[in-house]
Amino acid sequence: MSIATRSLPRTIGAHAILLTYTVIALFPVVLVIMNSFKSRAGIFGAPLTPPTPKTFDMIGYTTVIGQGDFIHYFQNSLVVTVGSLFFVLLFGAMAAFALSEYRFRGNTLMGLYLALGIMIPIRLATVAILQLMVASGLVNTLTALILVYTAQGLPLAVFILSEFMKQVSDDLKNAGRIDGLSEYTIFFRLVVPLVRPSMATVAVFTMIPIWNDLWFPLILAPSEETKTVTLGAQLFLGQFVTNWNAILAALSLAILPVLILYVIFSRQLIRGITSGAVK
Amino acid sequence: MAAQTRPKRPFRWHIAVFLAPAVLVYTAIMILPLAGTLQLSLFRNVDQSQVFVGLDNFRTLFGDPNWSVNFWNALRNNVWFFIIHMLVQNPVGVLLAALLSSPKLRFSAFYRTAIFVPTILSFVIVGFAWKLILSPLWGVAPHLLDFVGLKSLFTPWLGKEQYALTALSLVSVWQFIGIPMMLIYAALLSIPDEVIEAAECDGITGLSQFWKIKLPLILPSIGIISILTFVGNFNAFDLIYTAQGALAGPNYSTDILGTFLYRAFFGFQLQVGDPNMGATIATIMFLIILGGVCVYLFLIQTRLRRYQF
Repeated sequence: MSIATRSLPRTIGAHAILLTYTVIALFPVVLVIMNSFKSRAGIFGAPLTPPTPKTFDMIGYTTVIGQGDFIHYFQNSLVVTVGSLFFVLLFGAMAAFALSEYRFRGNTLMGLYLALGIMIPIRLATVAILQLMVASGLVNTLTALILVYTAQGLPLAVFILSEFMKQVSDDLKNAGRIDGLSEYTIFFRLVVPLVRPSMATVAVFTMIPIWNDLWFPLILAPSEETKTVTLGAQLFLGQFVTNWNAILAALSLAILPVLILYVIFSRQLIRGITSGAVK
Repeated sequence: MAAQTRPKRPFRWHIAVFLAPAVLVYTAIMILPLAGTLQLSLFRNVDQSQVFVGLDNFRTLFGDPNWSVNFWNALRNNVWFFIIHMLVQNPVGVLLAALLSSPKLRFSAFYRTAIFVPTILSFVIVGFAWKLILSPLWGVAPHLLDFVGLKSLFTPWLGKEQYALTALSLVSVWQFIGIPMMLIYAALLSIPDEVIEAAECDGITGLSQFWKIKLPLILPSIGIISILTFVGNFNAFDLIYTAQGALAGPNYSTDILGTFLYRAFFGFQLQVGDPNMGATIATIMFLIILGGVCVYLFLIQTRLRRYQF
């Protein structure tokens, strides 16, 4: 809290830099959303001004909703994301509990084995994953995606959750044991409710890469019935290269749900990232 | 010890039950396919059957002009992609985090939230939005440069071989700057007040306080960010694919290992997909990433540990 850091020019300088960068970060997003509500002439004539009554036009949105099967893609993404999230959290929490609660032979080794996946991306295993899915008949199913994303999300979930589970008081668990609760009841009734905030953090971390992934939908489930919204948007944008209204509207439709979720969960997310500092 | 405890303690089934689902899914979907991919790189498809060929695939990849030209090009581009990230993303991230963490800064929650927005967007959105902005057809970029009197600098960056890769690297930096910023911000907040107060008692304030006290203390975080960036960059694919397509144009100038792997494995246009060569490229990527992680764990992290509390 020195005087130097509080002096006026310094504060103004800090605000100037941060504000400049905020503009850089938000400009493309604002630009796309703003222009998606304009007519073609408006988009090209004055790209940097907000839509006026003269240039306002919803033609882009009507094209997108008429052409693409976005509602369906959206459902697929939702099923994949929620499904993977459920399994990552359930299996991750169970494994984290086993690793942090019990002392058994091979505990450290098992922890390291599971932690390997934090650094080595699952994408490198794609060739054999595709063969596996072909062999088991899971190509072009949402199940394949859910399985892959569960495996992808587990290492980090186990790592973070076991850190938090170590903090749950032993007295509480032992009191439960004296009362005759089984280990399963202790886990589901005592421990899980106590680590719920950290599970929410893990959920946000796991969700964003799954929702945004293009690689696995492209390789494992490119069929019309199983397209996710990210893949659908990619193909749609490729087809409509010259229809700028439609492209901008499709981009806005893809941005908005994520942006809304982010605004709702941003506190959770940022608290999760900075939790090392605030704990 | 095991012999003594075994009669007293029966096998604790619940540990196995707790561990089994995670370990099974992780092993079946990640570890075994990873091992399978590494194994496939040693085989080749001859007359419909897989034949063991040793390191022949690697020899082809490094030496056969059909593959090696593209491979070395992709590797070179990937290294440049990483260098741009390290040179731009980390310094800017540190600067933003340092400004954000200054005490009593107003609106810091707003700045934090806003600067993190690009990170949550999908590559498809980011790739296309920037493609539109940089497009000479739309004219947003030249228009903006005109404001600062630099219109003459504008060229269609994404369409020129010499600029396209750098432009895309900067787009990627733009997208991911939130992660280094947040991690360093967290590290700066975790510096104990006593350390800062001690520095102030010795008359070290402002910029010199940052260089002499804070920067050495956040070096472990910078190390983590560097390795995360390394792994992310050598595994990148989506942004290049959405902005430039699988051929990573113009003339392969933005081709990186991820897009090269996709073309080799899946095939594209005239090229037929080859799982074995795909596995070979994936193995190289695996070795590069493993090498980076090992350098970090054994060389960088052990040296940095003495700064931690």
